[in-house]
Amino acid sequence: MYDLKPADGAGGELSAPPPAAIELVGINKHFGPVHANRDISMTVPRGTIHGIIGENGAGKSTLMSILYGFYQADSGEIRVNGEQRLIRTPNDAIHMGIGMVHQHFMLVEPFTVLENVILGSEGGSLLHAGEARAREELAHLEAEYNLDVSPDAVVADLPVGLQQRVEILKALFRGADTLILDEPTGVLTPQEADQLFRILDTLRTQGKTVILITHKLREIMAITDNVSVMRAGQMVANVATRDTSREQLAELMVGRKVLLRVDKGPANPGRPVLQVGNLNMVDRRGVSRVKDVSFQVRAGEIVGIAGVSGNGQSELLSAIAGTIRARSGEIAVNGTNIKVGQGVDAHDMRELGLAHVPEDRIHEGLVTTFAANECTILGYHDDPAYNKGLLLDRTAILNTCEGQMGGYDVRPPNPLLKAANFSGGNQQKLIVAREMERDPDLLLVGQPTRGVDIGAIEFIHRRLIAMRDAGKAILLVSVELDEVMSLSDRILVMFDGAIVGEVAQADADERTLGLMMAGIRPDEASTSTGGTPGGTSPA
Amino acid sequence: MEIFTLVVLLLDATLRVATPLILAALGGLFSERAGVVDIGLEGKMLGAAFAAAATASVTGSAWLGLCMGIGVSMTLAMIHAFACVTHRGDHVVSGVAINILVAGLTVTLGIAWFERGGQTPDLYNPDPYTGIELPGTAVTTEDAIRMVVDADPDDRLRTPRQVEQAIAGGDVEMAAQVEALTREPTPVIGWILGGVQDFANGFVDFVREERFTGITLPLADTVAHVPVIGLIYSELISGHNILVYFALLAVPITAWVVYRSRFGLRLRAVGENPAAVDTAGISVTWMRYKALMITGFLCGIAGTYLSTAHNASFVRDMTAGKGFLALAALIFAKWRPIPVLLACLLFGFLEAIEARLQGTPINLLGLTFTIPVQFIQALPYILTVVLLAGFIGKAIAPKAIGTPYVKER
Repeated sequence: MYDLKPADGAGGELSAPPPAAIELVGINKHFGPVHANRDISMTVPRGTIHGIIGENGAGKSTLMSILYGFYQADSGEIRVNGEQRLIRTPNDAIHMGIGMVHQHFMLVEPFTVLENVILGSEGGSLLHAGEARAREELAHLEAEYNLDVSPDAVVADLPVGLQQRVEILKALFRGADTLILDEPTGVLTPQEADQLFRILDTLRTQGKTVILITHKLREIMAITDNVSVMRAGQMVANVATRDTSREQLAELMVGRKVLLRVDKGPANPGRPVLQVGNLNMVDRRGVSRVKDVSFQVRAGEIVGIAGVSGNGQSELLSAIAGTIRARSGEIAVNGTNIKVGQGVDAHDMRELGLAHVPEDRIHEGLVTTFAANECTILGYHDDPAYNKGLLLDRTAILNTCEGQMGGYDVRPPNPLLKAANFSGGNQQKLIVAREMERDPDLLLVGQPTRGVDIGAIEFIHRRLIAMRDAGKAILLVSVELDEVMSLSDRILVMFDGAIVGEVAQADADERTLGLMMAGIRPDEASTSTGGTPGGTSPA
Repeated sequence: MEIFTLVVLLLDATLRVATPLILAALGGLFSERAGVVDIGLEGKMLGAAFAAAATASVTGSAWLGLCMGIGVSMTLAMIHAFACVTHRGDHVVSGVAINILVAGLTVTLGIAWFERGGQTPDLYNPDPYTGIELPGTAVTTEDAIRMVVDADPDDRLRTPRQVEQAIAGGDVEMAAQVEALTREPTPVIGWILGGVQDFANGFVDFVREERFTGITLPLADTVAHVPVIGLIYSELISGHNILVYFALLAVPITAWVVYRSRFGLRLRAVGENPAAVDTAGISVTWMRYKALMITGFLCGIAGTYLSTAHNASFVRDMTAGKGFLALAALIFAKWRPIPVLLACLLFGFLEAIEARLQGTPINLLGLTFTIPVQFIQALPYILTVVLLAGFIGKAIAPKAIGTPYVKER
């Protein structure tokens, strides 16, 4: 699908190579006792796309923040175009031609594209003249790099793909020669990601240098010339992309062999456990978030819901879990009909044999100021097993927590440690352990591996498969398409609150699902297969 | 015609009452557009009102009073900024603290300094200045009488009225004295110099006044008798003090700064998404400090107006909720300058009506009754609640309002 060829001559193979765009030498950075960056060196040749890959917390973002002037390195030097430079503030970085596209866009939503672009470099104390000049410059940039955005559109009205273009335009407008993109595809559909990569390719052709931070191996292989791998604050490899493979990179990231594909046998579906009919949900502002959704999940199968984040998956999951109220429709768990719209709460749903791993582990899954053992009983605190008369049975709770920590490899295995002090992956394991150990008939799982490192992902995936094989029904919501595709037996795609279509795992490929995630129905998608891939712009 | 006069007088009062609201609400606009909740408009106005009245009564200069009022208000704004921006404190707590602090401190200092139960001495403007005399200018009978009073050796004559009564009573000597001093202007040169002299004396009055008084715009007296336009010009447009004109001028200036200047773009951005401003290489902290300085400046003028223009002394708690009313107007106007003006005029109008209707019996359908004063006083607040509850649509505040900016890792 990504047919972009790496630039020729990348990696400094010429006899007299020009100075590298960016060179980092021996960078060290501590945050208190944490050694976030340990003696890091890397070279980014001019006119290349350089990937930086690593698990969460490996130090990628810290390194880039040092390069962009958010932090100062404790030691080490930065060379821009061969000259040693001191970058104290983002302003310094901007002046040296370094631009950054942040993971969370740094855009002012009620402003127009033009206002966003000129913010910080208005060219004079009055806007009028600067705006006219910027409009000209913008038209020029848009034509040169194929970045089509109307300068007078209000940013809040633009889809995320276009908002990202505005960010890129902002950096180019400030004269960036080197562009840092931090996890740029997290919020994009596969098609939007393709478009982004085409833009990056154009930038490379025009001589710009791009640094791409990601944890998605697929993207590294598709677009980069060179890749640097980080693990636990250290740079463990600097290689040319063509000389490596996904498996090798994954092994470098985690430090051991990783199974990228989930091994599982065919599903053996039994009776329906969850039945949802014509479910509708309207949010507080009166916007319809879930529209006439009907499906069922049977015992012994995993049903995945794919979709770009914000298309109603979260609301659907919460409505079934009982944490928000649906307006109309039917939900039945284990054959018991629930009175939709009448204040059924999460506790009532749990009584019916449902367990829920919520999408947002910090706000819904844990109380971060509680100790791990207290988090173990969240939602089940009235279970007689945890109570002794009027008081909680501390011993029983601690034992349960210790047992779960052992079974799910939570590190450090200390039931008295505050939840906030565990890493994201271990927090997630705590929640997964709590919910799975209730042995529910139906498990709702939202973003089970968001912000979780590859090792933990592998573990959680295997547990989910094991539960399925034990005859449980699992409903999985994830924005990671790879995850939905590899785990689910059937995949439902949601767009704008409605289910666009259903695909069996065997028939699922990225392209079909991607089109459906953009709201194009499967029948339309199949007719447009022969067309140009660029023809599906996210409007 | 009677109704028309009443309406013009009502609008005239509206303008006078709305002035401090306009200034304070515009001040709040700068602060809140930059993302800092300012519930301390009230406190800043009150502090400025006290400082201005106290300074004016001690030094005899309303202008020094204005400077001191602005100074105190800006200091309070900087305290707010230090608490909310530098130390990331809660904006509402800091604002309330300033309100309480000022409410107590003004009364305490007032009692300690002036011993009038928290009130400052009344401000009087001196008699019109006549010290500049140019040759060849006209000396009217009035001028001559005043000169006689000034020149009286025994200091028995204190007012021009005494001289007039003496002449009417048949004091021939006095009449002759006045007659001798009276002079027709020398043609051309006398007329020109007469104009210069009047202007110069007027300017001295303007500079040395103890409280701000109305400025009569050119020709206001001349056209006063022209029907309709004359009344509108002489009553409604002319005759206000300089701070009223400043408040009206501040509205288009604010609109221009907020929407057309680099500062305004950054101000709006910092209230919506400070992270975007930070990554663009602009200091969020400094932007918010600058915005609060303007807030302090405008609230300072608003407070000064209350004690040295609208009234002639500081009275304890004299803002009486005007700061909160300004805040309501700001929200009502959805943080936009021109609607702020309209909202403040509406609230001012209600207050002007209140003064008119107080105790006036109303005859409706054969029933005569008086509207309770409390009801009319509550009208602006009732109106705000009712209108905000749905009639003007949702007031969407700047997105980052009230949240301290912390650089993310």
